[in-house]
Amino acid sequence: MDVATQFAVENLLARYVHALDDDRLEEWPGFFTDPCVYKIVSAENYGRGLPIGVIYADSQGMLRDRVSALREANVFEPHRYRHLVTSTLIAAGDGGLATARSNYQVVRIMQDGRASLFSTGLYIDRISFAGPAPLFAEKLVVFDNGLIDTLLAIPL
Amino acid sequence: MAAADGSHGVVWPGEGLARVPYDLYTDPSIYAGEQARIFRGPVWNFLCLAAEIPVPGDYKTTFIGDTPVIVVRDLDGAINALENRCAHRGALVCYKARGNARMLTCAYHSWVYDLKGGLRSVAFERGINGQGGMPDSFAKSAHGLKRLRVAEYAGLVFASFSDAAPAIDAYLGPEIAARVERVLPRPIKVTGYNRQLLANNWKLYVENNKDSYHASLLHTFFTTFRLNRLSQKGGIIVDASGGHHVSYSIMASEQTDRAYEDAAIRSAKQDYRLADASLVAGRDEFGDGISLQILSIFPAFVMQQVQNSLAVRQILPKGTGQTELIWTYYGFADDDAAMDMIRLKQSNLVGPAGYVSLEDGAIGGFVQRAIAGATGQASVLEMGGRGVESQATRATETSVRGFWRAYRQAMGI
Ligand SMILES: [Fe+2]
Repeated sequence: MDVATQFAVENLLARYVHALDDDRLEEWPGFFTDPCVYKIVSAENYGRGLPIGVIYADSQGMLRDRVSALREANVFEPHRYRHLVTSTLIAAGDGGLATARSNYQVVRIMQDGRASLFSTGLYIDRISFAGPAPLFAEKLVVFDNGLIDTLLAIPL
Repeated sequence: MAAADGSHGVVWPGEGLARVPYDLYTDPSIYAGEQARIFRGPVWNFLCLAAEIPVPGDYKTTFIGDTPVIVVRDLDGAINALENRCAHRGALVCYKARGNARMLTCAYHSWVYDLKGGLRSVAFERGINGQGGMPDSFAKSAHGLKRLRVAEYAGLVFASFSDAAPAIDAYLGPEIAARVERVLPRPIKVTGYNRQLLANNWKLYVENNKDSYHASLLHTFFTTFRLNRLSQKGGIIVDASGGHHVSYSIMASEQTDRAYEDAAIRSAKQDYRLADASLVAGRDEFGDGISLQILSIFPAFVMQQVQNSLAVRQILPKGTGQTELIWTYYGFADDDAAMDMIRLKQSNLVGPAGYVSLEDGAIGGFVQRAIAGATGQASVLEMGGRGVESQATRATETSVRGFWRAYRQAMGI
């Protein structure tokens, strides 16, 4: 994989996680093509080929709705994330899409200052280079720790 | 203390079912009493869907209350439930979450059990070269895995430790049984799992499921889209024991809802619209217009139809202040691709990140934290009166009171 593509993908991942960790959720749908696929699924379901996950969206509209719901409808105790993304491996793309596989960990910080490892797993991304900036055509978040503490509100 | 008394010193207020002592959510002796009197008592506990263990030899490990249990389809095709504890030294016999086996072999000393729990062989039973071995008086027939009663109903597998539990259809009663069958009318396929660790006593999550009063108040996403208004047509069915319930509502209408907007409740935001309404584009798949059915079976099992999202929820106590919640999602074996996609999209409504369920993951913890220091005090349950009966409204706590009637009966409190 050429250095420019590696850099472009890692830069996309970095901008993505900073937007989430900075609570710039309104920017989150803009990291995706439209239509797209965004799915959070346990490693257990993913490994067994079971389709149901925790979140599924297949359009920018569905991603915007998730943000609207978090902002206006859903009730949860204030918290934020700190994402760590590493070990990004890029496979040769097809049809202008690159496939990138990265390890991630998300530390969740509650309002009282308690921080804990909330989610650990894989990002399996298909990235479009068709436009001026790379975008996620598909982002699968495959989490290893299948026992979710309390709830999942903010996207991973 | 008298045998009938399971109160462990908790005094129930004179208002009866209209009050619930907070000590029931925090007292370790109450928790221990629940294990014996409820989970190992005359009830039916949900173990799995029969579709999860379709082939002879398929097994799954789970729990009844705290007690580890194996549920296995034997070579005759019958489903057995066995305590997952070797009769020798008490080790887990099955330490994998699931698998397929002809025999169940304890890893510790290789004692081998058949799929009905019978002890088939003991390693070195006759010793080695005439030395050691079990005494002649040792009878393998007396040392099987404890086998529980099993009942399968409409594809749900239940087990009971007690001979006193009535037959499953009598346990459910006709009204509950009919609503179980309503959402399990034909062969299913399991489509996934989600697991959550809740920072609250198991009963708070059970009550939450029975609490139709909170549904459109805490879960404002649903209400905004006129899917679950209290003034919408629907109601609550409580069985004769009080322990089981069904809450249902009829398909949403577009009419504005005065009861909400006049009250200016937080959930009645008029300007809130979905950018992509495919989320809620479903089918009236059961042909009766009922878009929501929440059904609970005493003590700790829930079935859910939220539009076309179908799931069962197993509630496992993990100490006084922790609960594991396991969602098993299903569709029907004959679902077409479009129905698969409807169910996948509507899975956003439920589960740990569900638009109308994520709050339930946290709300029990809010109670559990708030009742620290509330020893001797009680919560209030008077919405819809002080009794337990089916009601044609969801603005009621009748089925929560029903739970406590069944609980008090089982606990002797
Ligand atoms: Fe709820």
